[in-house]
Amino acid sequence: MNRPELQAMAEQELERQKKFRCRVMCCTSTACVSSGANSLYETLKPKLEKLKEDVEFVPTGCMGLCGRGPLMTVQLQGQEPVIYENVTPELALEILDKHILAHKPTPIKDKVLPNDWPFFTKQTRVVLANSGAVDPERLEDYVSRGGYSALAHALREMTPRDVCHELIDSGLRGRGGAGFPTGLKWNMVRKAAGDRKYVVANGDEGDPGAYMDRTLMESDPHRVLEGMAIAGYAVGAEQGYVYVRGEYPLAIKRLEKAIRAAERKGLLGSRVMESGFNFRIDIRIGAGAFVCGEETALMASIMGKRGQPVIRPPYPAESGLWGCPTLINNVETYGNITPIINQGAAWYSQIGTAKSKGTKIFALTGNVINSGLIEVPMGITLREIVFDIGGGMVPGRTYKAAQTGGPSGGCIPTEHLDTPVDYESLKALGSMMGSGGLIVMDNTTCMPNIAKFFMEFCMDESCGKCVPCRVGTMQMHRLLEHITNGSATEDDLKRLEELCLLVRDTSLCGLGNSSPNPILSTLRYFRHEYEAHIREHKCLAGECNITEVPVLELAEIKHKTVEVS
Amino acid sequence: MTDKIRLATAWLGGCSGCHMSFLDLNEHLLDLAKAAELVYSPIADLKEFPEGVDVALVEGAVANIDHVELSKKIRARSKLVVSFGDCAVTGNVTILRNRFGVDDLLTAVYHAGPGAAPRGHDPDGIIPYLLPRVLPLHQVIAVDAYVPGCPPSADRIWAAVSALLRGEKVPVEEEAITFG
Amino acid sequence: MSVVTLTINDELVSAQAEQTLLEAIREQGIDLPTLCHMDGLSDKGGCRLCMVEMTNNNNRLVPACVTKVQEGQSIRTESDKLTNYRKMIIELLLSERNHICAVCVMNGHCELQNLAAHLGVNHVRYEYVVPDLPMDASHERFVQDHNRCILCMRCVRVCHEVEGAHNWDVMGRGVNSLVIADLNKPWGSSRSCTGCGKCVQVCPTGALSKKGSTVAEMVKHHDFLGWIMNGREKNIWEYR
Repeated sequence: MNRPELQAMAEQELERQKKFRCRVMCCTSTACVSSGANSLYETLKPKLEKLKEDVEFVPTGCMGLCGRGPLMTVQLQGQEPVIYENVTPELALEILDKHILAHKPTPIKDKVLPNDWPFFTKQTRVVLANSGAVDPERLEDYVSRGGYSALAHALREMTPRDVCHELIDSGLRGRGGAGFPTGLKWNMVRKAAGDRKYVVANGDEGDPGAYMDRTLMESDPHRVLEGMAIAGYAVGAEQGYVYVRGEYPLAIKRLEKAIRAAERKGLLGSRVMESGFNFRIDIRIGAGAFVCGEETALMASIMGKRGQPVIRPPYPAESGLWGCPTLINNVETYGNITPIINQGAAWYSQIGTAKSKGTKIFALTGNVINSGLIEVPMGITLREIVFDIGGGMVPGRTYKAAQTGGPSGGCIPTEHLDTPVDYESLKALGSMMGSGGLIVMDNTTCMPNIAKFFMEFCMDESCGKCVPCRVGTMQMHRLLEHITNGSATEDDLKRLEELCLLVRDTSLCGLGNSSPNPILSTLRYFRHEYEAHIREHKCLAGECNITEVPVLELAEIKHKTVEVS
Repeated sequence: MTDKIRLATAWLGGCSGCHMSFLDLNEHLLDLAKAAELVYSPIADLKEFPEGVDVALVEGAVANIDHVELSKKIRARSKLVVSFGDCAVTGNVTILRNRFGVDDLLTAVYHAGPGAAPRGHDPDGIIPYLLPRVLPLHQVIAVDAYVPGCPPSADRIWAAVSALLRGEKVPVEEEAITFG
Repeated sequence: MSVVTLTINDELVSAQAEQTLLEAIREQGIDLPTLCHMDGLSDKGGCRLCMVEMTNNNNRLVPACVTKVQEGQSIRTESDKLTNYRKMIIELLLSERNHICAVCVMNGHCELQNLAAHLGVNHVRYEYVVPDLPMDASHERFVQDHNRCILCMRCVRVCHEVEGAHNWDVMGRGVNSLVIADLNKPWGSSRSCTGCGKCVQVCPTGALSKKGSTVAEMVKHHDFLGWIMNGREKNIWEYR
């Protein structure tokens, strides 16, 4: 397929879509599926099958407000789309009757999400532009919205150097968490000597509560593939790998389908769009190790080795897969490529702050009213995210902190709610941007207990290669266990702090280095909660079960004490 | 009489091997007797740990409630507490029971075979409760010096004790602190 | 071969460009503790004992065994922080599994035990984990005791790199990692094991030992690795 053919395909698809009086979009992402989207789909499908000349029924990706799924959008020709929440099969039939088929269409008012709601208006959907609007399993739908035109443009009008410099100018930084300038990385790989190079998309998203990459791969897989193909062209690679964790079967299925469809149309594979550029993409499925999100461990896993990090340097840009220069980016980073190529670096760099450009997807979860997947411009304040988009706390509860960056990040308390969300500001608060998990906690959450939760995660996910991470995380977890069950002493707290520094400074890879962050940041802002557990044997949030006493106190209360296990 | 150093030795969860090694001081015992008065020890048959102890050598790991009580008393009533031997310092062999639950352990040892010994967790006031986990001494009370070894050799003990008698610190050189 | 100049503990020294920091440091006669490193095997950078401070880079800590020397580099091998960290790492290792020196075949010859004393570790501040780990005495000549294993992977590397058998590998992760023979078969029934005993000789602790040795009897010899390496690389076949 060449460029005119691509254009023709887009026009043909738009023409086809215009014929319908109504487009009904039903979210089929994992979040909505888990709240019953499948039965909704099964109920509606036979009904709408009969109306297929009139109504187009589209299974789409994520619409964002995952906490109120299943979501369904009804768009009558020439009208604003209407989004319904908590759509049960019964409600769907009612919507069908009163909104879709009725002569005077009347939306079911109390189930409609208002379009001017801050949840929607405060967002800037660049990467998620197609998410919830296109059928992720139909290439034509993606193409009709400008899909693969960025690749076509890059291949025809731009040199690899141009592409890299466009990215440098855009100010895009890696969305995996560390925020390395993407353009610089691409340029390094482009300049690296080597006949064979690789492009890798990191979709091994493992943070508890984070599902940005999953959603992107499920909702708009072609965008990721197109971004990777442009990367392949820019750095001179002919082979790409998407590394997806095995827990994402739907993402894997849709990526597989998308790769096949793109290859069939000559958008991937040999002689991409009839140019001299060849690019194949294969999927590698992870086996459930968080550490494989670390780039060197990920590459080891792709090569069929034990998923353990190795020491950098050499960086993957010099020596990665099978010793060849390798470009590794997060899935979301690849999602940013097509808008930058299509609309230009100047447009892109208007969004965001001086040092952090563009938008960031967050998985907003925890004790907020509206939990879901959001995309916001960099520089938005945390207060806007939590209270405007998130709708604030459940009545009667107050905000305590938000955890960004998952088990590698830290918490942000009330006094810093007005901090702009960008790489540097979050780092200055002892947290980090991370890949985009954002867990909101209210006054019923005990901070030492949260630290324990994250530490347990790090302990379970430590690969075991280096001593500080392997044993240090376990000992930190034990100390937190003692603190939360009431048996810790002041000495234990001191030991915990010392261990945090050891593990941070001496671990081999990022997993270990950052694992003490949840403790360090909760100690920084909520030290009194730790001290209350230790000095008064009391959990201020009322969450912990104080069942033990420090061993020395057993001498006095010896008859109460020893639970025989 | 009063210018003598008040020395105590105590025996928690251990095999008493450290005390045996202590007796191997042989002629140094005479030097020790000149400088110190033994105010409490399993080899001196005193019931109550006295007040105003200068140096207490504690053998064995903390394995039951009685050990906790005694350690607490030792700490409160002694100027210097020395963790004496590997069981006190590391838990050593005593700590190996931590991999079993207390009940399983008592059942296996006293009830699975013939006999029906008290289980050690009834409030009978005779058998002290076993702690769920055996702990080295310094994880229960603050400890001022460590003399590892299983047992510490008589030379090592003398080096430590004579240093303490001179008011100096217990040696911490490589050869003085190997475990085992 | 090109030469680079760097500063080690405020002394200007020169080293060959391909050398690691550890080699350069040891050439200066400076003592630097290591556990997973072994001359003749590839480096893994896992024990983190050889961490040194890069004084020309914010005192950032780098593992000397896997860091190449660089022109103008400035490092420090001793500081209060490093000493404290090294002690903590040893303490963590001692707390992780059942290192009961008093009843160990390697008592008195163990690298972990000696290093602990050398670094001044006379007690362990962390809770002893006391895991329930098995032993494998199925091999006719050797014994594997997981209780003493510190996961330094010397056995895995020597078996793969020198003997070429790759009998050993690791299963599980984190503290649950175990060094296993074949695909977790009893060592005695392993088909890949050649029975050469190299792993036993390189093991720093009592995790791998010769059958029949009782407490404190097991002495290990590392010299063979040097002989093999000299033979393979320099064609000098000399056994002393």
